[in-house]
Amino acid sequence: MLDFAIGNFNNVTYVVLMMIGFYAMTGKRNLVKKLVGMNIFQWSIILFIVSLSTKRGATIPIILGSHDHGEAPVINAFQYVNPLPQVLMLTAIVVGLATTGVALALLLQIYKRYGTLEEDELLEKIQTSG
Amino acid sequence: MNIHQSTIPVLIVIAPLLTALILPLLNLWKRSLVYPLTLAALAFSFATSVVAAREVLTNGPLEYFMGGWEPPWGIAFRIDHLSALMLVLLGFITLLVGIYSKQSILKEVPKKEAPFYSVYLLLVTGLTGLVSTADMFNLYVFLEITSLTSYALISIGGGTAVVSAFRYVILGTVGAAFYLLSVGYLYAVTGSLNMADLALILPELYESNVVLVGFAFFVIGISIKMALFPMHAWLPGAYSNAPSAVSALIAATTTKVAVYVLVRVMFFVFEPRFSIDTIPVTTLLSWMGAIAMILGSVMAIAQSDLKRMLAYSSVAQIGYIVLGVGLANTMGFTGGILHVVNHAFMKGCLFLVAGAIVYRTGVREIRGLRHLSVRMPWTAATFVVCALAMIGIPPTGGFFSKLYLILGAIAADRWIFVAVILVSSVLGLTYLVNVIRYMYFPPAEGEAVPARVTPGAIVRDEVPITMLAPMIVLAVGIILLGLFNGEIVSRFIDPSIPAGLAT
Repeated sequence: MLDFAIGNFNNVTYVVLMMIGFYAMTGKRNLVKKLVGMNIFQWSIILFIVSLSTKRGATIPIILGSHDHGEAPVINAFQYVNPLPQVLMLTAIVVGLATTGVALALLLQIYKRYGTLEEDELLEKIQTSG
Repeated sequence: MNIHQSTIPVLIVIAPLLTALILPLLNLWKRSLVYPLTLAALAFSFATSVVAAREVLTNGPLEYFMGGWEPPWGIAFRIDHLSALMLVLLGFITLLVGIYSKQSILKEVPKKEAPFYSVYLLLVTGLTGLVSTADMFNLYVFLEITSLTSYALISIGGGTAVVSAFRYVILGTVGAAFYLLSVGYLYAVTGSLNMADLALILPELYESNVVLVGFAFFVIGISIKMALFPMHAWLPGAYSNAPSAVSALIAATTTKVAVYVLVRVMFFVFEPRFSIDTIPVTTLLSWMGAIAMILGSVMAIAQSDLKRMLAYSSVAQIGYIVLGVGLANTMGFTGGILHVVNHAFMKGCLFLVAGAIVYRTGVREIRGLRHLSVRMPWTAATFVVCALAMIGIPPTGGFFSKLYLILGAIAADRWIFVAVILVSSVLGLTYLVNVIRYMYFPPAEGEAVPARVTPGAIVRDEVPITMLAPMIVLAVGIILLGLFNGEIVSRFIDPSIPAGLAT
């Protein structure tokens, strides 16, 4: 069991983080906490996909020895970390940022209109104001 | 089928994108140009889609490689028969709703035209991009563009709409995150993101647990996006509280595009034998669709608010589509895709009608619709056409898609689904005819009549022509879809039936 957890620590970490996020989204009654949970949920997945690209003993994906004397360097893919998941996750981070921005703007609107971000109070106010 | 390269696929997506960026600047200089430019961009996108569809029909699928990088390294855009059908549908609906939205938005959310149209065009970018991309990660980006703009458009109504939009943000992001996770899993075992490339690599890995988990996450994620029961919780509030034009746009497009993504990945990236046999996801989907059809219709009957009723009816209609796709045979697939087209027309038109009623009378309650046939005869007549199509009366489009669905259920030897389709149609009849009863007929004996509605005082008071014309075009379109359904099926749907489906 412990061996499994250590051997798959990236998988275990992302699942644990994801569940924390999921709990915050469903269990918490405060809308800001829900939003924070949503962020943890998203970042856990981003973390997981970035972890896919890591490789023991590899280096950053910039061609080694390219500044030597004009000869074309030999490129061995196993020497380098896979850059693609990182690039993809950069895009995903931007998307996540946009989502957070939109959600915060919505929360601001809700607070201005109803003066609360607690879900129970909010539902009560919506029902009374019609 | 020979594939040839063309710049058309990217033009469809880029025209609304660039216009969306120009609009806020244009608004500072000359506000009166915002609406015409929006329409020009939408019309351009629609016209290009039609050109693309003609090209696809005569010469086969179109491809465009972003930056000249060939797949599997670069991002490819690909339009085949199924994408072409969706593109023309999206172009048509977004253009009509765009025309309609001017008066409606002016009244419901004044002084926000420029941001509204900017976001509107971004939504169109996302939708058209979703159906034309051939890259799994690119699809995620377009999926999020679509969702983000939907959140913004829904919340533009203010008040309860913002609360509904926030709920949608949370659920929609979970859906998108699951989709991203599935892309990550598939990438981990295949090292590729291009759909055609994945389709070549994946068959050897069908037994892999990673692929199974990735596929499961994909199905759940996209089910949230298309509001399949029981993941529909965000839909009724979002549809019913949004401004009318937005409800029509989102109801007609976003969930349909999610269905497209489901079909694309389930049958084209994975082979049908994987989705049907290796894990029986199609069976599960058709059962969930059947439950959605019954419960959505029952919930719709219980509503007193017209837009909320239509929203629950959407949950039921998504059930029809998913049932058709989940039957996993030719007839069911045809019925499902045909119902995507029909439902986009029907529900788009119904929400436009609801918007027109709110625009003129301010009434949202079904009970308040008395004498609408006198006051707004064209609007009421349009509603009747849509209602008949929803129920499935020939010769409207709705009849034929339901016919295909029933034939599909019979071909799959699932008689229970035949019963479910018929029962759900009868339930649909109940809630739609109830509305027509209020619109056209005098109150029954002993029925309470609201005091402010008196027959003598009713004058004809129709909505402006820019709102009326799109509704009538859609209503005529529904009948034409029925009359020419054979053309759509033989030209667009038959060539796109995935190899390996049962007949």
